[in-house]
Amino acid sequence: MLKIFTLLGLSSLALFAAEAAAAADTLNLSAVAMFFVFIVGTMGITKWAASKTKSASDFYTAGGGITGFQNGLAIAGDYMSAASFLGISGMIFLHGFDGMIYAIGFLVGWPIILFLMAEKLRNLGKFNFTDIAAYRLDEQKIRVLAACGSLTVVTFYLIAQMVGAGKLIELLFHIPYAWSVVIVGALMIVYVTFGGMLATTWVQIIKAVLLLSGVTFIAIMVLSHYGFSFLTLATEAVSMHPKHEAILNPGPFVKDPVSAISLGLALMLGTAGLPHILMRFFTVNNAKEARKSVVYATAFIGYFYIIIGIVGLGAVVFLLSPESAMYFKGGVIDMKNIIGGNNMAAVHLSHALGGDIFLGFIAAVSFATILAVVSGLTLAASNSIAHDLYAIVIRKGKATDEEEMKVSKRTVLVIGIVAILLGFAFENQNIAFMVGLAFALAASANFPILILSIYWSKLTTRGAFIGGFMGLITAIVLVVLSKTVWVDIFKFEKEIFPYTQPALFSILVAFISIWFFSITDKSARAEQDQAGFEAQQIRGETGIGADGAVDH
Amino acid sequence: MNKELVDRIKHNPKYIELVTKRSSFAAKLAIFMLVIYYGFVLVIAFNKEFFATKLSADGVMTVAWPIGVAIIIIAFVTTLIYVVKANGEFEDLEMSIKNDVKDIL
Repeated sequence: MLKIFTLLGLSSLALFAAEAAAAADTLNLSAVAMFFVFIVGTMGITKWAASKTKSASDFYTAGGGITGFQNGLAIAGDYMSAASFLGISGMIFLHGFDGMIYAIGFLVGWPIILFLMAEKLRNLGKFNFTDIAAYRLDEQKIRVLAACGSLTVVTFYLIAQMVGAGKLIELLFHIPYAWSVVIVGALMIVYVTFGGMLATTWVQIIKAVLLLSGVTFIAIMVLSHYGFSFLTLATEAVSMHPKHEAILNPGPFVKDPVSAISLGLALMLGTAGLPHILMRFFTVNNAKEARKSVVYATAFIGYFYIIIGIVGLGAVVFLLSPESAMYFKGGVIDMKNIIGGNNMAAVHLSHALGGDIFLGFIAAVSFATILAVVSGLTLAASNSIAHDLYAIVIRKGKATDEEEMKVSKRTVLVIGIVAILLGFAFENQNIAFMVGLAFALAASANFPILILSIYWSKLTTRGAFIGGFMGLITAIVLVVLSKTVWVDIFKFEKEIFPYTQPALFSILVAFISIWFFSITDKSARAEQDQAGFEAQQIRGETGIGADGAVDH
Repeated sequence: MNKELVDRIKHNPKYIELVTKRSSFAAKLAIFMLVIYYGFVLVIAFNKEFFATKLSADGVMTVAWPIGVAIIIIAFVTTLIYVVKANGEFEDLEMSIKNDVKDIL
C-alpha cells in the first residue's frame, strides 16, 4: 500500500516535471533548482531519522531524547506554519492590522498552556494528551472522544496547509492547483510513514532556523528602503493601499463584537487543545527541559510574529508599486488580481526583494514548512487512532508495538487522501483564517475536557463524553452553517450562522454540558472517577509514579 | 499509585508548600495574561475606534501596532518569569518530595 503511494507520488512528480518542461520558457529555473536542493536535503534528514527510528516511542515522541533548545525550535517550527507565514502576511497585505490580531492570538495561548497545563501534561501523560483525561476517567470512552476531536482538528488544520502548499507549487512550477495538491499529499504520506516524530522534529528544527533567517532578511531588505523606520514604511503602505489609513486599524475580519470575542477565545484556548503541539511536551526527557523549551519557543514565535508585521506591510509597498505588475494577473495591479491569491503575497515579495534565488529559497522553506507541519499533524492523528482507538479500545492494550505502528501508518494514508480532497474544496480561503477554525474546534472539543480533568474533581466519564461530543459537534455544525462552508463551498445564497467564528458558542456548550452531565451523574463509575482525583492530582503536581517520557 | 503513597505525599508539608506556591504563582500570571489579552480583544469587539487613535497628530501610525507588539513581548516575559521560578524553587521542592517517599516508590 505504501509502495503504491510512493509510486503515485513519484509518478505525479514526473508528470509535473514533464508539464513543467513544457512550460519551461516561463519557468523560473534558478528558483526551481534552489527548491529541489532544499527538498532533497530534507528528505535526506528523513531517511537518516528513519534509520534511527526503532520503537513506537521513537516514532511518536522521538524517544524523548530532544533537548529543550531543540524542542523549542521544533515547537516554533510547528507554529510557524504556512498559516503563520503565508496566511498572516497575506492577511496583512489584504486587510492590514487584522493579520496582527491572529498573530497575537496564536502566541498568547503559550503562556496559558504553560501556567495551567504544562506541568500536569508531562506528569500524567505518556504519548499524547488523552493520557491525562484517561487517567481517572473510563479510558475506553475518553479515547474514543479524544480520537474524534483530534481527527477533526487535524483535518481542518491540514486543509489550510494543503491549500498553502498547493498554491505554492502551482505558482512555482506553473502546474494546475489540483495536481499540486495531489503531489503535496503524496509527499506527505511518504514522509510521515518513513520518518515518524524524530524526522519531523529534525525537519522542524532546520526549517525553523531557515524560516527565521528568511523573514529576517525580508524585513531588513524592506526596512532598508525606508531608512530602517517602521513609521516611514507604514506611512508609505497607507498611501499605496486601496484602503489607506484603515489598514492600520482593526478591520473587516472582526466586524461585530461576537465574532471578535469568538475569534479571541478560539485563538488562545485552541492552542491548548492542539494535539500536535501538546505532543511536543513528550519529546524532551525531563520537566526542566520541557519548560525551557516553552521559553525558547515563545521567544522565536514572538520574534517571528513581530517581523511578520513588517513583511506584510512590505508586501503592500513593494507589490502595489508600478514595477510589480508581473505579480498580477494580466499585469493589472489590483488586490484581487494577485497571482496565487493573497496567501502568496510573501512569496512574491521575496522575489521582488531578492530575485529568483531568494524566491527559490523562500518557496522551498515554505514548502518544507508545510510538509513538516502536515507531517506533525498527521502523526498526531495517526497516534490518536493507533494508540487510542486501536491499541487501547479495540485491542484492550494487547497490541504489540509493531501492530500499533502498522495501524498508524495506514491511518496516515487515509488522512492524506482526505486532506487532498479537502484541499480541492477550500482552494480560495485565506489559510490563517482556516487555521483559526481549526483552533476553534480544538478549543471546543479538546480544551474543555483537558482543563476540567486536571482541575475539576467532580468531572465524570459521562459528563466528559457527552459534553466533549456536544462541544465538537456544535463547533462543526456552526462552521458548516457559516459563510465559509455554506456559501463559499456549498454555494447556498445566504449563511445560516451569521458569525465567522463558532468558538464562543461551542466552548460554552461544551463547558455547560460537561458540567451538567457530570453533576447529575450518580453512577458507580462516577464515584470511581471522582475518587481518582486525589491520586491524579498528586501525580500531576509531582510526577511521582509517572513513566514514559519522564525518564529519570 | 497506592493509598499509602497518596497519604504520605498529601500530608508532606513540602507537597502542600509546592502546590500552594506553584498554583498561586501560576494563577496570578495566567490572570495577568488573560486580562491583558481579553482586554485587547474586548477593545476590538466594542471600541475599535480606540485602536484607530493616531500616535501623533500629523502621522498615520495608530496605537494598535505598538500595543500589539507590547502584548507579544509581555507574553514572552511572563513565560520567562514562570520558567525561571519553576526550574529553580519549584523543581527543588519537587525533588525533595520525591526524596522523602523514596523508600516506598
